[in-house]
Amino acid sequence: MSPDQKESLPLYANLPNFITDEPPALTSEQRMALLNRYYPDYRPEGKTTLRVGANRGNVVPEEIANILETRSRLLHPEKVERPSAPDADVDLLIIGGGGAGITAALFAKETGASVLVATKLRIGDSNTVMAEGGIQVALGDDDSPAQHLKDAYRGGHFTGDTELLSVLVREGPEVISWLVKKGVLFDRDAHGNLALRKGGGTTRPRLISAKDYTGLELVRVLKEDLLNSGIPIWAFSPAVELLEGPDSSCAGAVLLDVDSGKFKWVKARAVMLATGGTGRLHIGGFATSNHFGATGDGLGMAYRMGAPLLHMESFQYHPTGVIYPSEMAGMLITEAVRGAGARLYNKDGKRFVNELETRDVVASAIIRECSEGRGVRTGAGHFGVYLDLSAIDREMGEGTVARRFPNILKLMSKHDVDCSTHPILVYPTLHYQNGGISADKEGRTPIDHLYVAGETTGGLHGKNRLMGNSLLEVLVFGHRVGLSAAKAGMSRKPFSWQEVGFGHVERFEQALDSEFHGVVRPEGPLLFPDYRRNTSGDSA
Amino acid sequence: MFQYEKPDNAKMIKVGINGKDWSVPEGLTMIQAMWYTGHEVIHGIGCLGGVCGACAAVYRMPGDFHLHNALACQTLVKENMAFSLIPSFPSQRADYKIETIADTKEELFKLYPESATCRNCNACTEVCPQGIDVRDAVWRSVFGDFKGVTEGTMSCVMCGLCVSRCIAEMAPHEIALYARRAYGSQELKFPDNLLHRMEKIQSGDFDAELSRLLSLSPEMLKSECEVK
Repeated sequence: MSPDQKESLPLYANLPNFITDEPPALTSEQRMALLNRYYPDYRPEGKTTLRVGANRGNVVPEEIANILETRSRLLHPEKVERPSAPDADVDLLIIGGGGAGITAALFAKETGASVLVATKLRIGDSNTVMAEGGIQVALGDDDSPAQHLKDAYRGGHFTGDTELLSVLVREGPEVISWLVKKGVLFDRDAHGNLALRKGGGTTRPRLISAKDYTGLELVRVLKEDLLNSGIPIWAFSPAVELLEGPDSSCAGAVLLDVDSGKFKWVKARAVMLATGGTGRLHIGGFATSNHFGATGDGLGMAYRMGAPLLHMESFQYHPTGVIYPSEMAGMLITEAVRGAGARLYNKDGKRFVNELETRDVVASAIIRECSEGRGVRTGAGHFGVYLDLSAIDREMGEGTVARRFPNILKLMSKHDVDCSTHPILVYPTLHYQNGGISADKEGRTPIDHLYVAGETTGGLHGKNRLMGNSLLEVLVFGHRVGLSAAKAGMSRKPFSWQEVGFGHVERFEQALDSEFHGVVRPEGPLLFPDYRRNTSGDSA
Repeated sequence: MFQYEKPDNAKMIKVGINGKDWSVPEGLTMIQAMWYTGHEVIHGIGCLGGVCGACAAVYRMPGDFHLHNALACQTLVKENMAFSLIPSFPSQRADYKIETIADTKEELFKLYPESATCRNCNACTEVCPQGIDVRDAVWRSVFGDFKGVTEGTMSCVMCGLCVSRCIAEMAPHEIALYARRAYGSQELKFPDNLLHRMEKIQSGDFDAELSRLLSLSPEMLKSECEVK
């Protein structure tokens, strides 16, 4: 470290001596006690009871209630003029351009269906593109789909949907093969096999990856194929409301063109929500690793239509988000570094948890250290613990960090931290929405002709997700749901534009009126977080 | 929600954003400086994690003729820096199906004939915010060294800044994507472990065990899943 660096990053001036002794192993009871005491999902503060909708009576974070029990952006007649004909009329409208949406569109196209993809930002802007660590797929000689299912079910504290899990583990290899044929460059071992690594909470090495650019590599390739597919893509056009057709079915959506401010009306014989997660709600005040558009828009729209949600009290706080340098707060350091041998230390230089416990257990242990005075204080007044990657190079050979984690090394070096020799200061970051819209293995929700896939769905992972299972999920279910939704749209009985409307919105608004008695509710979907300073900037 | 508030002791610095001067606290990224000054940024933000390439930016420092580049979500503002976002740069993208191309090296010159016209100015390499040797990757593509392209360009975030500077008007990031896909799809052997696992799945080798697990009571399944 240069003298310069010490001056700009004072926390690195007085590092404790790191004591490498292993922390004691936890029993199942100790694990649950740790979670109950420290994991944000299990804490009472910041929670509220839903008063309206299919999940009425459920306790959820206030931030989630504020995107579910919302007023429609459309019930301002002076703003909205309904056209005499829709702007598009398709078999399948896919809302969301991340991993699930892109995969679904490519497969839906093969059925001959007319497909339209609408996305809030650009195609590919999503949590998928940010995924660093890898994809779980059971390829080892000592591994099997059944073993994969067992690990995922245990990792989800026995709350996951085993039927969905069985689809996930069985169809994983096929969809990976689809990617390899497209030229997606997964890391290989010396024999040319897909290299398998170990992730937290699994009993076998099962993670395949593309260095620490796994999501980026997937999206670069799939995005190119989607752009070349001829499928129309409406970018910068988030959905703001679903449309209701005959018999309370889903029949399309209203999109907002964010550049012109105009609404676009899409009649669709099937709609697939692939709108992703909710990190940008900053639940519980946590920083987030999620992309800019992760505001849970699909949850609110589906909920207004009557779709039930599962496990909406359950979120994944990834244990190792950067907390210092503070301008990087929330950025993820992949779990794969712990699989490779990185260690966690508190301010006294002691290890306090086995680094390969599941994410929720490691996160709880970090929160415990910081709330009991064993965290390291940053200049901005936050607390964190040390994540030391230097053991990786020591144990696995000089240059391992640079070879396997080039992205982390590059990003940290832009902020004057050489993480191959110096620790990173970390604190849990809001990473993944474990729950979501309930659906079957074809992605069918209880709302007729409304389909879902990816992070916006719930059930598969239960109340905790293991690393590498969500990338597999967007691929496996993107594939399945893209096909099933396209076929359902093509074979649907015809209906007219005059039969399409907002009955569900009116019913939901009435329920809000009677429950909230004039208490103002926010408009939904949120669409974008707003980080602008409240007062206007000072022009020089 | 996470709006930036100025720390009491923060030093204020002058920055130019899209041609207008502002005063902002030290220690902000370019994007954070735009939020601080009230800009609503939609084109130009994607992941906020340095991998999506949405926030390409160019900047200059006073007294320095060099044009600098950056990813705006990862780069701290400096005193008297003047910057602008370039959220998208038009580029030509070839339409192909990589699995079906007979000679991927030859096909490059049909898909991207301009790839052979590099004039070695090296501006692409100098502008790359990821530090990729872009010029080298273009030449390796032309010579058919797709493995070399792969090794050199895995960190490409497809921001397109290289296109903005190329005097031969090519799109190096698209050419490199083609070369990597050709290498992965055609030069690397299809992985044996994946092939064998697919054969076993297709012949139903794992079905009985999966069905058995699904037929267990929750308690039985739970006890099977416990790590012994």
